[in-house]
Amino acid sequence: MNSSNTQAALYNDTVVRQFSIMAVVWGVVGMLVGVVIAAQLAWPELNLGIPWLSYGRLRPLHTNAVIFAFGGCALFATSYYVVQRTCQVRLFAGPLAAFTFWGWQLVILAAAISLPLGYTTGKEYAELEWPIDILITLVWVSYAIVFFGTVGIRKVRHIYVANWFYGAFIIAVAILHLVNSAEVPAGFMKSYSAYAGVQDAMVQWWYGHNAVGFFLTAGFLGMMYYFIPKQAGRPVYSYRLSIVHFWALIFTYMWAGPHHLHYTALPDWTQSVGMVFSLILLAPSWGGMINGIMTLSGAWHKLRDDPVLRFLIVSLSFYGMSTFEGPMMSIKTVNALSHYTDWTVGHVHSGALGWVGLISMGSLYYLIPRLFGKKTMYSVKAIEVHFWTATIGIVLYIAAMWIAGVMQGLMWRAINADGTLTYTFVEGVKATFPFYVIRVTGGLLYLGGMIVMLWNTWMTAISGRSVDTPVPAVVAHA
Amino acid sequence: MDILFLLIPLSVALVLLILGGLWWAIHHGQFEGVEQEGERILRND
Repeated sequence: MNSSNTQAALYNDTVVRQFSIMAVVWGVVGMLVGVVIAAQLAWPELNLGIPWLSYGRLRPLHTNAVIFAFGGCALFATSYYVVQRTCQVRLFAGPLAAFTFWGWQLVILAAAISLPLGYTTGKEYAELEWPIDILITLVWVSYAIVFFGTVGIRKVRHIYVANWFYGAFIIAVAILHLVNSAEVPAGFMKSYSAYAGVQDAMVQWWYGHNAVGFFLTAGFLGMMYYFIPKQAGRPVYSYRLSIVHFWALIFTYMWAGPHHLHYTALPDWTQSVGMVFSLILLAPSWGGMINGIMTLSGAWHKLRDDPVLRFLIVSLSFYGMSTFEGPMMSIKTVNALSHYTDWTVGHVHSGALGWVGLISMGSLYYLIPRLFGKKTMYSVKAIEVHFWTATIGIVLYIAAMWIAGVMQGLMWRAINADGTLTYTFVEGVKATFPFYVIRVTGGLLYLGGMIVMLWNTWMTAISGRSVDTPVPAVVAHA
Repeated sequence: MDILFLLIPLSVALVLLILGGLWWAIHHGQFEGVEQEGERILRND
């Protein structure tokens, strides 16, 4: 190996930096829209009578912004960082990596314009119209080429477990997007789904739940397996268990989707299949959660004064909570109470704010100072503040939604001796009002923490300078 | 439920793909001396 050649090679940290910063920016935007629509549920007049600001249009903007803009940018940033470090090679196809950044920002911009204008396919979490779907496909194929190309030219024989999770996430999301977004264009920005009726519902939730499994779980588990060991300075508790975790999760995930369609026109046996697979998922999920948390075994004291590590570990406790709650809610008798209530919304947010949000923030707090040639963020105290506001915000949010959800479920099913309903629907809405207000409070706290993070990121960026780390000379041949 | 004629073959194809990945990993030394691999990421950046 030519040593002068290896010394000259730098990791491609430019694209990592771009995605990291945009993850923080889109985090603030997406969470702000979330707070606005949460407030609209409590005080409907807040749509100000303007169609573009109505709940039905802003809600998909919120979900797209937090999942695909915030979560997506965090996944791009961390996967590009991790794959280069663990393969000890510069990113494959640099210009294509730059295209994934600008292309993905264009997708987000198109979503931010078209959704408030009312352009939607009406498919949850896949609302974007067909021209944007095509752009997503182009970006995603480029992402796959860059990622797997980098794995292909790696200098370390072993492929680190985080890359397996990122790789599965990239492949699965490609397939989900292509199958679910199959549509017949009917003019610019208008299309009809290739499927109809219950067939469409089945595809929709096959997509919807696998998006949870592969976008919101597998990708972020990739973060977990790299950034927790790095921040803790200890190897993952059991590397063997991480391998079992990966294969068990991807083999069993695909068929949990029907639990979104309990007691619908979907055949009963399909619903039961969905429930059984959802219950099975508890095992690999908890295996991974325990593996991550036990990485701190013997070094628990680090949690006391390292707020970044606290973000990462607390995210795993929310992961454990929501992957226990999810299978329980998929049981048909439990679902009969929980379905269509705000309990579902609470469950989603315990996963989204608790797991996805906190693991991303923790990983970004590890990443951002290093990308700007610094040891830590500009203000560690501000990370501390962010941690507590976010955690208290989540607890307020999910506790309010648990109570509201169970209450709604009980009110809807209550019947009098003569068989008539005890409560009208609007009585349930009225009883939910205080919990909607508590949710707004929780959301405001969570958003406030994110704004602190944006400030901290800004200060770190302007007080440091952009650095690209050299690729180390290869020493390891396992 | 005609959609199952699409989704079930797709799942079977995916399971075969995953099995192929597992087979490749086993036969290309990905699972040899795995515990040291966990420590490697801590050594160099």
